[in-house]
Amino acid sequence: MSSKNDTNITQRDVLQRLKDRLAGRKGPEYWRSLEELAGSPEFQRFVEDEFPNRSSLLEAMKMDRRSFLTLMGSSIALAGLAGCRFLPAEKIVPYVQAPEDLIPGVPVYYATAAVILGYGVGILVESHEGRPTKIEGNPGHPASLGSTDALVQATLLDLYDPERSQNVSKKGQAATWDAFFAEARKTLASLPAGGEGLRILTGTVTSPTLAAQISEVLRKYPAARWHQYEPAADHNARAGAVAAFGKPVQAIYHLDKAARVLTLDADFLGQPPSNIRYARDFAERRRVRRGATEMNRLYAVESTPGITGAMADHRWALRPGEIEAIARAIAAGIGVRMGADAHQATYPWVDAVARDLAAHHGASVVIPGAGQPPAVHALAYAMNQALGAVGSTVRFVEPVEATPVDHLASLKELVADMRAHRVRALLILGGNPVYTAPADLEFADALASVPFSVHLGRYDDETAATCLWHLAESHYLEAWSDVRAFDGTASIVQPLIQPLYSSRSAHEVLAGLLGDPIPGLEIVKNHWRAGFAGPDARFEDAWRKWLNDGVIPGTAAKPVTVPDAKVPAPTPVVADGYDVIFRPDPNLVDGTFANNAWLMELPRPLTKLTWDNAALMSPAMAVRLGLATREKAYVANNQVVELSYKGRKLKAPLFILPGHADNCVTLHLGWGRTRGGSVCAGKGVNAYSLQTSDAPDYGSGLQIAPTQDRYELVSTHYHSAIDMEGRHPVLWRTFDEYQRSGYAPVAGDEESTPSESMFRTPPEYANYDGYAWGMSIDLNVCIGCNACVVACQAENNIPVVGKDQVSRGREMYWIRIDRYYQGTTEADLENPVTFFEPVPCMQCELAPCEPVCPVGATTHSHEGLNQMVYNRCVGTRYCSNNCPYKVRRFNFYKFSAGQPNNAPGNYDNPTYKLMANPNVTVRGRGVMEKCTYCVQRINEARIKAKEQNRTIRDGEIQTACQQVCPTKAITFGNIHDAGAEVSRQKQEPAKFVLLGDLNTRPRTTYLAKFRNPNPEIGTEKSLE
Amino acid sequence: MSNPSTERILNGEHSYLTIDGRIGGVVLDQRKHPLPWYVTFAIGFGLLQVMMLAFTWLLYKGVGIWGINIPVGWGFAIINFVWWIGIGHAGTLISAILLLMRQLWRNSINRFAEAMTLFAVMCAGLFPLLHTGRPWVAYWLFPYPSVLGVWPQFRSPLVWDVFAVSTYMTVSALFWYIGLIPDFATMRDKARNRLAQIVFGILSMGWRGSAGHWFRYETAYLILAGLSTPLVLSVHSIVSFDFAVSIIPGWHTTIFPPYFVAGAIYAGFAMVLILAIPIRAWYGLKDFITMRHLDWMAKFMLGTGLVVFYGYLMEAFYAWYSGNKYEQYMMMNRWVGPYAPLYWALIVCNGITPQFLWSPKVRRNLAMLFTISVVVSIGMWLERFMIVVESLHRDFLPSSWGMYAGTIWDWATFIGTIGFFTFNMFLFIRFVPMINMFEMKDLLHKITGRVPAQAITQRAHEAAELAEERA
Amino acid sequence: MAQVFPRSANTLARVSLFCVVAGPLAILLTGSAITRSGFNTKVDVPLDQPVPFSHEHHVNELGIDCRYCHTSVTKSSFAGIPPTYTCMSCHSQIWTNSPLLKPVRDSLATGEPLQWVRVNKLPDFVYFDHSIHINRGINCNVCHGPVHRMQLTYKGKPFFMSFCVNCHRNPEGYLRPREDVFNLYVKYQRGDISAEDRRMLDDPDYVPSPAQVAKGKQLVKEYGIKKAQLTDCWICHR
Repeated sequence: MSSKNDTNITQRDVLQRLKDRLAGRKGPEYWRSLEELAGSPEFQRFVEDEFPNRSSLLEAMKMDRRSFLTLMGSSIALAGLAGCRFLPAEKIVPYVQAPEDLIPGVPVYYATAAVILGYGVGILVESHEGRPTKIEGNPGHPASLGSTDALVQATLLDLYDPERSQNVSKKGQAATWDAFFAEARKTLASLPAGGEGLRILTGTVTSPTLAAQISEVLRKYPAARWHQYEPAADHNARAGAVAAFGKPVQAIYHLDKAARVLTLDADFLGQPPSNIRYARDFAERRRVRRGATEMNRLYAVESTPGITGAMADHRWALRPGEIEAIARAIAAGIGVRMGADAHQATYPWVDAVARDLAAHHGASVVIPGAGQPPAVHALAYAMNQALGAVGSTVRFVEPVEATPVDHLASLKELVADMRAHRVRALLILGGNPVYTAPADLEFADALASVPFSVHLGRYDDETAATCLWHLAESHYLEAWSDVRAFDGTASIVQPLIQPLYSSRSAHEVLAGLLGDPIPGLEIVKNHWRAGFAGPDARFEDAWRKWLNDGVIPGTAAKPVTVPDAKVPAPTPVVADGYDVIFRPDPNLVDGTFANNAWLMELPRPLTKLTWDNAALMSPAMAVRLGLATREKAYVANNQVVELSYKGRKLKAPLFILPGHADNCVTLHLGWGRTRGGSVCAGKGVNAYSLQTSDAPDYGSGLQIAPTQDRYELVSTHYHSAIDMEGRHPVLWRTFDEYQRSGYAPVAGDEESTPSESMFRTPPEYANYDGYAWGMSIDLNVCIGCNACVVACQAENNIPVVGKDQVSRGREMYWIRIDRYYQGTTEADLENPVTFFEPVPCMQCELAPCEPVCPVGATTHSHEGLNQMVYNRCVGTRYCSNNCPYKVRRFNFYKFSAGQPNNAPGNYDNPTYKLMANPNVTVRGRGVMEKCTYCVQRINEARIKAKEQNRTIRDGEIQTACQQVCPTKAITFGNIHDAGAEVSRQKQEPAKFVLLGDLNTRPRTTYLAKFRNPNPEIGTEKSLE
Repeated sequence: MSNPSTERILNGEHSYLTIDGRIGGVVLDQRKHPLPWYVTFAIGFGLLQVMMLAFTWLLYKGVGIWGINIPVGWGFAIINFVWWIGIGHAGTLISAILLLMRQLWRNSINRFAEAMTLFAVMCAGLFPLLHTGRPWVAYWLFPYPSVLGVWPQFRSPLVWDVFAVSTYMTVSALFWYIGLIPDFATMRDKARNRLAQIVFGILSMGWRGSAGHWFRYETAYLILAGLSTPLVLSVHSIVSFDFAVSIIPGWHTTIFPPYFVAGAIYAGFAMVLILAIPIRAWYGLKDFITMRHLDWMAKFMLGTGLVVFYGYLMEAFYAWYSGNKYEQYMMMNRWVGPYAPLYWALIVCNGITPQFLWSPKVRRNLAMLFTISVVVSIGMWLERFMIVVESLHRDFLPSSWGMYAGTIWDWATFIGTIGFFTFNMFLFIRFVPMINMFEMKDLLHKITGRVPAQAITQRAHEAAELAEERA
Repeated sequence: MAQVFPRSANTLARVSLFCVVAGPLAILLTGSAITRSGFNTKVDVPLDQPVPFSHEHHVNELGIDCRYCHTSVTKSSFAGIPPTYTCMSCHSQIWTNSPLLKPVRDSLATGEPLQWVRVNKLPDFVYFDHSIHINRGINCNVCHGPVHRMQLTYKGKPFFMSFCVNCHRNPEGYLRPREDVFNLYVKYQRGDISAEDRRMLDDPDYVPSPAQVAKGKQLVKEYGIKKAQLTDCWICHR
């Protein structure tokens, strides 16, 4: 170590001179010596860079530091951490003036609200040094109660999407905001008196401020008109209310009070924006613990299988047109006074259902589906009144929309006026009508006739391309606004970050047009200040409180009393040929989220399809069409068929979906985009191109012609696990059996008694007195909504890999939701019982993956975690081979950098870099990864607890999947703590272990699924 | 005192000179190489380039270029690894075990059987390294005092592999080289051109064939034989542990070690035959590699083949007898699942085909023998495919079942290594005496029972040299 | 026939045989020596900073507490680098026009932050938390070397994993009472510091004495430190 001593000596005399200098004495040569020591470029290069050509190499191979490290790995063979020396000299830059109450390295949470289809969901957003990195639900918000769904989670990716439109453009040419406002004001001024010919088109507007601004515009330009069109909104509910009560009222359901639920094609567990709250309430009545005497019962009548139907105790698949008849029959059964001809439906179970509903007077509810005609809604309202549900399980309130109108009519009117050249200036605030308007309206060429058309949107999409002006819209995490939840509760939408691009919010645009361009904060604040009761002085405090709580108290929609619902005359059932059903995609909804890679890749709950939509149909229908044989129903998949409907044609790949109603085909909306980003463009087929304005939800007269082409659909359930191969991955009982058995353990020998093992649990773990982390997943309330999957992705920097890689079985999800169908008979195939089972890493105590790793990259922690160390992993993949649950994921390419064929979700991308969770390593190429029980959260809590000299409290740590879960199906905690919720669940007789016979002793266990069938309807199956 | 057991393992009228001429001549007279050599070598060289390309692309892009996925985390790489390692085994068996058993007939085939071992292990060794996600840190599998303060995990069979294979490689190389020294010396002395003299001179390490040299040589050779003998059994047993210690149905079986070793020798002899049959024809070595040799090797194949077939049957039996639904499904899946054709092809190749070898006619019919050997080699590859892929692709949870198919790069690496092997093999044929010359002479001596004249002069010559040195 | 090689070849052969065996060994040993040498670790090499800041002067001579500048060291994983304002809180009074401090004044004037060169750096896959180490009574110098004596800041310890693991396996020798973590510097200044502690502060190659280890064992109990757990991978890697 002689070299070391030398440096010390030179250093010391240098420092001596430095002191002299500081003492004010002269030492000019001091500078030279310091130069020699560290200043001179040569020396710097020597100090910092052992491989002079390294930087060029980096350029050449487009490598970031991490991959460079890996490449150099072998040359720093014995160096280990000393790999640091090869890194470029890193600068460390402090603030000039540190912001108050910001501790670098400690995240801060802000309350705001996510805007989904115009409605608000209260959220808390985690911010690291000003970068929003994770969205959590706001426990204080009625639409969230601390949870979110997959959509809300994914809006984070939207914020950072590099393909968002970033500026103002006119005819595709870059322009400026000033230029726009100048021209816009000129145009407005040039309009004839009262602003004749000025139109505004928005989606659903619940924002009080925006509504106020619009009405101000309308005051200023009396002749102007405001149109609304929200493709995925529940139009029929409104129409139904008008039909039944003569005025638009909104029904809010309280499933926590409902013992019996009947859905008429309603997907209340999946349909935003109320799904999160409804799921929670539903689960409250569904959860079964030892000694439970009550469990709600769900009857579902539906045409397209959805997660609500999958949860049902009784499910019937019917053509959408037939459902009204059922509704009438049941209505009659529960004593709704019908018109003369209440034609009886012929289904045997109808009376049983009616009796059961009626028997639970005041504790039962009927929920009509968004896809059903107004008549069915009116019927449902009538039934609820007859069932005494109003006031208990249903509340009628004033509509939350600022101005409830018939959206479709409103849009038609606009199109008509555009064709008649009555529209001089059109202002489209959000939305993408050119794409979402029903095909027969031919919105695009109508729009072409508008001299001054403006589109404010987050993407340069179909509408942007058709309009004269396109304005970049700010994301809700970037701009001030306000919004109301489905129950009317208002929240202030406060931004977490300055707009990433030169974008503005609708508020700012309108303000600009009205001539006083003030910032969004002022606009929103002024509105609320104006409406504020109490003295001005108090407003600031109130405002702060609203921001802090994320809700504005007392803003929930007022209840209204309604007369007895008028029951409309039955609409004749037209059933020629096949039906086509248009449904919002479970992930992309109406196409709003189409450019969101997380949602694109996220497997649909039942089809498990990723990156594509398809023509969904029942096996029987495929057989009848000669596309498949009964034995091999699935050979039909991937065949392309030509759908002809009302003179329009569409080619779509076929996907056989067990449980789909016979004689109809479902097409999910939101696909087949032509513009709006590389993620969505050209993916799937555009169902809007068949949709017509007279029957936007479903229609008869579809013809299906097979073609010779095939198209590869990718589903993550490689082979549709329709039978369970004599295995029991999911255990279930009927609630009745369970009660009668005196709550006997559901797990049979196989699941409860592990086969003899030759190995002891290593003593150091066996008698470890610290925390022992464990998880319990209640399959009975898991609705398979995928929220946990996306939450995990956001929390753990999980990359998106693209369709091609998913088709090779290389998706990276740390938690997946297995979907099993029960039974193999024909009847099962047509209407199977569906089970969902979320599978994260089981954190086995005797983990098969651990002993096989040659470098000890996966080992056992003393708290029972099965640790995966990326930076030690060599990538033999033996651990994954040996994992019976196959929960390990491998970076076959550098997925985090978008390889192989720049898949989206690329963490090398400057904007996505901002999004990454700084507490989780972004994995490089060639390493294994898996669920960690969110160890970063565990460590954070442990450190905090240690510093406060206490132990971690139960519930203090929430894993990402647990926190997001709308039904709270996932519980995590310390199983050494007998009082912990997770320990109590593991004591439940319903507990079972996945593949327990392998004696892996997983820390993640399950609670069995229960079904509560109506004994009068003898259709329930049993595993025995 | 001619020894019946050595009948017909050396044909024709041979003197020491003719033996040297026939065998050494191939190397010394570079002009008289038959056309087939050039053709085969060219093919081998071409395929070697394919391998290079495949591996370069692999290192640049990552293992994603292969067909592997979750659940099938191992594919061609491991299949090929096991296949090549297996092929190597015949060489070691012939040179070590048969030597200890005093099997004279091994002398005429051990040289290139060992060469084959060496090159096969070289091919095999590439795969465990390159199949890792991050080959540049694969050295972490070696135990060394690192600044990380951590060690490899010795519980993992992959670490055992590292030792097994590297030991095997080293010992085989030494064994082969030591055996070559006396012949190198002969070549040195026979060589006319300077370069050859120098090269062979260096390689022969100053061998003078003195009694002392021979004494040391014999000792060293025997010791190495002793060392390699357990290796024949241990190496493939340990390779089989890669699977046997796991919990995957189809891997988790106790019969793997013997079953793998037998399979290895089976495949090995097949490969020896594939090489020996054409080469002895091209180079007119029929006198040294006689029908007797081929016959014996065929019998070896038959024997080991039966053991392997027994292995297949036992697998099925265990699956049923275990009463374990996963094992049973695994077996059913092999029989009627998506990969069933491969399984039945395997049974035909490895189980049925070798039965023809019962008939002496077939064993003496070179064409048949050659074909059968090729079929068996293919069968052995299929066996590894069945073990690696068919076990993984459908394990415990139906939800995570998958399929596997090799990509073009998988094939490129596989075919490429075959090229690498051929390339090496034919270089060896051309530049190293492919049959053990001094053993042949020894054999000749044992057969004829007398010392031919020029041998005496040779000895005298050596004695003179010795004296010269002393002076 | 003529000899192919001269006599000397024999020696040559023996030597080369020896090299075949010894060569690889030698290479490995050299490699590992270089890795551990200061040449590789950059320990004791001061880097060129915009301002030649002297910890010795500020800590040891003026006795300014670490936390005055590294404010978040007790609260966060990140110790914190002082904003320009912190420097100016004194230097608006003293050395107001020292040329050495020009960059600081410029930073304040222009609002352009100072750009220091990082001295102590861990790879991104290592998640080190300052607050808990301080909270467990680990003095700064244990990892950063004799900072209080540094005229120009340099790396005091090579951050090999073995270095971290050594302390995580036997923390006793390095634990001190919490209240002493920063107090030690004051004691050091006053000169009433124990020889043991002085060695810990000054000596880069400090080895704890048995007595200290005994005291440490007490602290381990008192703090309820689970030693076994300290070497779990996920304590530092995620």
